[in-house]
Amino acid sequence: MTEILHSRKALAVNPLKVSQSVGAALAFLGINRSLPLMHGSQGCTAFGKVFFVRHFREPIPLQTTAMDQVATIMGADANVVEALATLCAKHRPDLIGLLTTGLAETQGSDIRRALREFRAAHPEHAGVAVVPVNTPDYLGCFESGYALAVAALVDTLVPEGRRAGRRPKQVNVLASSMLTPGDIEAIKEWVESFGLYPVVLPDLGDALDGHLVDAEFSSLTIGGTKRAEIAAMGESAATLVVGASLAAAADLLRERSGVPDYRFAGLMGQDACDAFTQALAEISGRPVPQRIERQRAQLQDAMVDCHFMLGFARIALAADPDLLAQFAAFLAGMGAELVAAVSPAKGPALEALPLGQVTVGDLGDLEQLAGAGAAQLLIANSHAQGSAERLGVPLLRAGFPLYDLVGGYARTWVGYRGTRQALFDLANLLLGQHHDLEPYRSAYRRHTRPHELPAGAAPAAGVVH
Amino acid sequence: MKTSEIQALLDEPACSHNHKEKSGCARPKPGAAAGGCSFDGAQIALLPIADVAHIVHGPIACAGSSWDNRGTRSSGPALYRLGLTTDLSETDVVMGRGEKRLFHAIKQAIDSYAPAAVFVYNTCVTALIGDDVEAVCQAAAARWGVPVVPVDAAGFYGTKNLGNRLAGEAMVKHVIGTREPPPAMPRVDGRPTRDINLIGEYNIAGEFWHVAPLFDELGYRILATLSGDARFAEVQTMHRAEATMVVCAKALLNVARKLQEGYGIPWFEGSFYGVADMSAALRGFAALLGDPDLAARTELVVAREEAIADAALEPWRRRLAGKRVLLYTGGVKSWSIVSALQDLGMTVVATGTKKSTEEDKARIRELMGEDAKMIDDGSPQALLSTYRDYGADILIAGGRNLYTALKARIPFLDINQEREFGYAGYRGMVELARQLALSIESPVWAAVKRPAPWAKGRGPGALLTA
Repeated sequence: MTEILHSRKALAVNPLKVSQSVGAALAFLGINRSLPLMHGSQGCTAFGKVFFVRHFREPIPLQTTAMDQVATIMGADANVVEALATLCAKHRPDLIGLLTTGLAETQGSDIRRALREFRAAHPEHAGVAVVPVNTPDYLGCFESGYALAVAALVDTLVPEGRRAGRRPKQVNVLASSMLTPGDIEAIKEWVESFGLYPVVLPDLGDALDGHLVDAEFSSLTIGGTKRAEIAAMGESAATLVVGASLAAAADLLRERSGVPDYRFAGLMGQDACDAFTQALAEISGRPVPQRIERQRAQLQDAMVDCHFMLGFARIALAADPDLLAQFAAFLAGMGAELVAAVSPAKGPALEALPLGQVTVGDLGDLEQLAGAGAAQLLIANSHAQGSAERLGVPLLRAGFPLYDLVGGYARTWVGYRGTRQALFDLANLLLGQHHDLEPYRSAYRRHTRPHELPAGAAPAAGVVH
Repeated sequence: MKTSEIQALLDEPACSHNHKEKSGCARPKPGAAAGGCSFDGAQIALLPIADVAHIVHGPIACAGSSWDNRGTRSSGPALYRLGLTTDLSETDVVMGRGEKRLFHAIKQAIDSYAPAAVFVYNTCVTALIGDDVEAVCQAAAARWGVPVVPVDAAGFYGTKNLGNRLAGEAMVKHVIGTREPPPAMPRVDGRPTRDINLIGEYNIAGEFWHVAPLFDELGYRILATLSGDARFAEVQTMHRAEATMVVCAKALLNVARKLQEGYGIPWFEGSFYGVADMSAALRGFAALLGDPDLAARTELVVAREEAIADAALEPWRRRLAGKRVLLYTGGVKSWSIVSALQDLGMTVVATGTKKSTEEDKARIRELMGEDAKMIDDGSPQALLSTYRDYGADILIAGGRNLYTALKARIPFLDINQEREFGYAGYRGMVELARQLALSIESPVWAAVKRPAPWAKGRGPGALLTA
């Protein structure tokens, strides 16, 4: 059991935390032809948009109910109805993710009632799915907002039924916010190599992988899980749940559909990859493909090569709970020492970390703990670059946001190959940090090698000149 | 903040927009709104003050996804780059612990960073639950002996523009006039030093460093910039300047006007973009101060710098001459950039005028001719169709349109606050020319329009067999 410490500061310094609203928006960005709508002030949306644009280097569809001071005092339900009607008429999306902000929640907005009003007033838009979810920013973090949105998608779009296994080759993948578009692509290939068809919810690998399309402009997402696929998730043979944060969404899906599930805390490192591969072999009834066997052997080779650099390496890590847990398990498996683990909020993943303590705090805490623990390397998002510079150690960028790294969103961490690349990168960063010993120059040899003396060398102890 | 106070701020007599209806209170349309909020605007205006601890009072959303994402640069302290927020929890909000938390947060900031001052930014949630930010700031300043300045610009008060103005107002009310400037260092040439202010210059990507040496050379001491590479103590002394230049920023005219009303400081509007405007800015100060010696020396500097810039731009002019530009800046800076592009021999085929005044538009007609196409609709679709219709070679716009352009496979130049390159001053023009040529001449545009060889009937393969 990991002890969870809380930072007791009144002032958060260099926040690690990103709001639940922004996390929920990301989940909706993984649905095809969808549009997230934030119920709040228009700045909430503008900041979220810039945040994603800088991370993904993609145009990001995101709208706002534009609550102003008057609407906030007098009631902003009408804003919700008007915004939904405008979006439906203008953009004809398949789905609108209706999520709240701290402002709407503090004001006491009831988005479900507003949604009923919208349905009553606009029957012509009945074909557009609207998924409401409450994501105030004074609770949780990016990961929990995302997880709430995934649960809301299941709740709204997966019908009650007992048709599990009707599509024996189809498997659901519930994908945590820690997974990049590159990770999702790798998971899909992994599943497909067993002759199975994956339905990933949400499918950021299809929506935000960064690809040029013929259409010059779209006001909606140009990829992602299709609504019809979500509706058919109850007919899958199994559900693979990646990330402890999605436990509630997974429970709901299983309850709704009776589809059996396999749960994984993460997919980095040999043990995690083996468990996933074993599950796919069981579900498909097929032997593990030769190519995966080879990848596993390649990972093992990299593990022995890299254990010299990673063994006892003092690493400080800051990330949302799922990513933190995934990295912690992987690093522990390489014999590295986690001298600091910081998470922006509590989450189910924190309870079973392979380490004694985790701090709920910010990057200021990370910097302090990493300094105290003489960390040799940081793993965190781009914001930690300043801390890394002050500490004089390298930073491996992971998590959200990555704005000073081209292609960070496309990076693959999971699977045998992704793990192997992470090992190489970590080992190379640590090699770059390697310091040779200070040479010792014997006082006796100073007489025979005077030209080798560094400038200003002090006389050695015990020898009188 | 009371609605009446916001209304008073929207009435800016020095602004040429002012005769129009006060649209600051026009409701943004739910489901069809774009752009930031007043909090965002206040941060843009004040965050560049580098030795201040900028604390965002509210739950995480306001600071969490926006801290350290601006392009401004400091030549010294980096305190402004720290993300500081009270990060209120549900209990704080429900139990009304916000004020207490803020008080302790201010103490922590003072203890940890010894800031020149603390600025506290109000946000929607704390405005709604009625935290008395001003009272907390007062109490904290009294207790810890460090200036603590409330910036009451919660997001839902209105637009980014209003936020700029609220920020300026906070400086006028709490900061400007609270310190006297030290005497200026005597000059080697024995000439007098003239003290000036710059308002609305944010030192994006360090671009003001292209310009600053010229002010030194001419004997101007910039008392303070609001707010690029500024220090708190400098902003305190702005009331002692002899002249103010408002740099491309209608939103902060209130500060210039109040400095004139309160302290008799004359001001003018200008820009540092483009050779012509850069020279006009230097001449503007000399004219405003009515000093013939200064005016004569200014002409020498202008002639020298223009000759250097001309020579440096010559190779770029040959490459860029005749290229057609679609410019969409939202309006304020349009004419300034138009003249910079014309310096390079480029043709501006259309420009955004959404926020431009009639005078701005008249200036644009003067520069571009009567047929100048002005665009009010800044939607991606409208920009792309104008781009095609007018046969443009590059789109110049803010970062928000960057990926609109790239997804449509067209060259792009970013001119807003998140950009990585400085374009101000004579030297900045060369960087501007380089960046324009870099995107326009890139081989990637042809490559990404080339169909795959196996895409039948359209690709280069089809041409070979035809």
